[in-house]
Amino acid sequence: MPVPARVDRGVTGVPRRTGRRRVEPVFHWFLLPTLLLFTVLVPLPALVGIFYSFTDYVGFGRWSFTGVTNYRALFTDPAVLDAYKFTLGFAVVTVIVTQVVALALALGLTSRIRFATALRTVFVVPMVISAIVISYVFNYLFSTTLPDLATSVGFGPLEQSVLGDPHLAWIAIVLVTAWQTVPGSLLIYIAGLLSVPGELYEAAALDGASPWRRFRSVTLPLIAGFVLINTVLGVKGYLNAYDVIVALTGGGPGTSTSSVAMRVFSGYTGGDYAYQMANAAVFFVLTVLVSLLQVLATRGRSPRP
Amino acid sequence: MTAPTGTPGPVLPDPERPDAARPDRPAPATRTRRRRRIGAPSLPLTLALAAAALTVVVPLYVTVAMALKTPAQAADGNAFAPPWPLDGHSFVTAWRLTRFPVSFAVSLGVAAATVLGTLLLSSLAAYAIARNWDRRRFRWSAYYLLAAMFLPFPVVALPQIKLTALLGIDNPLGVALLHIAFQLSFSVLLYSAYLRSIPPELEENARIDGATTGQIFRRIVLPLLGPMNATVGIFAFLASWNDFMMPSLITADPAQQTLPVVQYIFQSKFGTDYNTAFASYLMAMAPTVLVYLFAQRWVISGVTRGAVKQ
Repeated sequence: MPVPARVDRGVTGVPRRTGRRRVEPVFHWFLLPTLLLFTVLVPLPALVGIFYSFTDYVGFGRWSFTGVTNYRALFTDPAVLDAYKFTLGFAVVTVIVTQVVALALALGLTSRIRFATALRTVFVVPMVISAIVISYVFNYLFSTTLPDLATSVGFGPLEQSVLGDPHLAWIAIVLVTAWQTVPGSLLIYIAGLLSVPGELYEAAALDGASPWRRFRSVTLPLIAGFVLINTVLGVKGYLNAYDVIVALTGGGPGTSTSSVAMRVFSGYTGGDYAYQMANAAVFFVLTVLVSLLQVLATRGRSPRP
Repeated sequence: MTAPTGTPGPVLPDPERPDAARPDRPAPATRTRRRRRIGAPSLPLTLALAAAALTVVVPLYVTVAMALKTPAQAADGNAFAPPWPLDGHSFVTAWRLTRFPVSFAVSLGVAAATVLGTLLLSSLAAYAIARNWDRRRFRWSAYYLLAAMFLPFPVVALPQIKLTALLGIDNPLGVALLHIAFQLSFSVLLYSAYLRSIPPELEENARIDGATTGQIFRRIVLPLLGPMNATVGIFAFLASWNDFMMPSLITADPAQQTLPVVQYIFQSKFGTDYNTAFASYLMAMAPTVLVYLFAQRWVISGVTRGAVKQ
């Protein structure tokens, strides 16, 4: 009896990839430079950093393993805890302010208005300006111009620079960050709003729905995916807050506006390298958790854009 | 930073939505026009938006006005007053203090290297990934790159400073390489989503005619990637040109700093020399703003294309 040709069918019964075309070797060469450069410059330093976070390394010289000492110290260090409190609060407030402003502007710019293109052009300008440079400009406005104006009209609370007030400085940081990051969200919302078919509005309007009702029941559900993307990207960016703070307050007054990124960078000169690497590791986990949480919280409610 | 530090969510090639990345989508501008035709334009809404636009215009006006003032007028504190008499000396002083030609050249060099490197590396990698998506090795490479979108610079900054010093690239070259590395994930994802929308028949025909994969990439795929090259290039350029965090930490020699970083000198030594400081800020902002104003339709459609690619 002739033996039938063996066909390897694995456990699932689907033929194994015996007859599959070969991958052309050149494709590996296409991919390799990217993987190589990326691995050496991003994941590798990250792993080295995590390694040192379990040591007492100060940035040079000898070191020894100290286990989780750095991590335990982090959770009782008021400077670090304050930085996390400030950074999280800042990210939440800024993302809300930015998204409300961006969505409102996008609704306006996609309505029947005059000079729509010119207005859109103006609103997007901040996107191409360096955050640190425009923050220096705002620094002058907040610390010199605004107090002068307040003094001339006799408005007491603003006669001192808001940047020097530990309770108000963060508001200036939120405003300038929003100024700089609204355009990115704005363009995404404009694209989202233009993808909503106009007939839906007309039908809703014919049914007697008020503008607010049309926004709540027609627009918002249809652009929910865009809101999600903007919010996740926004929070992720704001958690790394650095440029604007450096230019406006330098983390002060005191340490009232010190972000986590600033604390981590202090490990470069401050001699607590390993300790700040532990801080960075915790910060990374937090970044991932916050992003995942946002995606999960909105899952099922937001169709993909 | 964080600009539209636009890294949209999952952009992996999606076989169920082949039209997700249609290159032939009408530009947003034309659609706005179509929509606006219904009914008369609203004047109150236009005025409200114009008022809101002042929040953008006023800080820019202040920058220009302050730069053109005499030192005496700049020191009087009223930022909104129009400059009179006009004084252009501040630009000369700022030019000298920031060594403008040098820092401008460094900024431009870093940004150009970032754009070219990002375009070349990520289009090649995305092509390999998109055409071998059925292979685990390529698929997992894509996931590997994607995961790094959650790895922000502050987390890896300290070891990167050490690494670049060790490799002797604690200079603008190292900054450019790092800019490329952080741009790769997002760019590869944009490209591979776009490549899924290009039918492979063109490439197969060329292959039958005896073209090698390298030739196919150069002569067929690369030209087809045109609009995406613009998008990836704009994101890479803005992220690199405007960055402060990375060059300020990586570049060891202050004489090789980029334009945004050299502005810090006005925070200390020349702290009261406001007209010079603002002239310098203006010179740092002007290049991108001017290019943007002339090419705004192109920039906006490019950025939008990237943003909607989720």
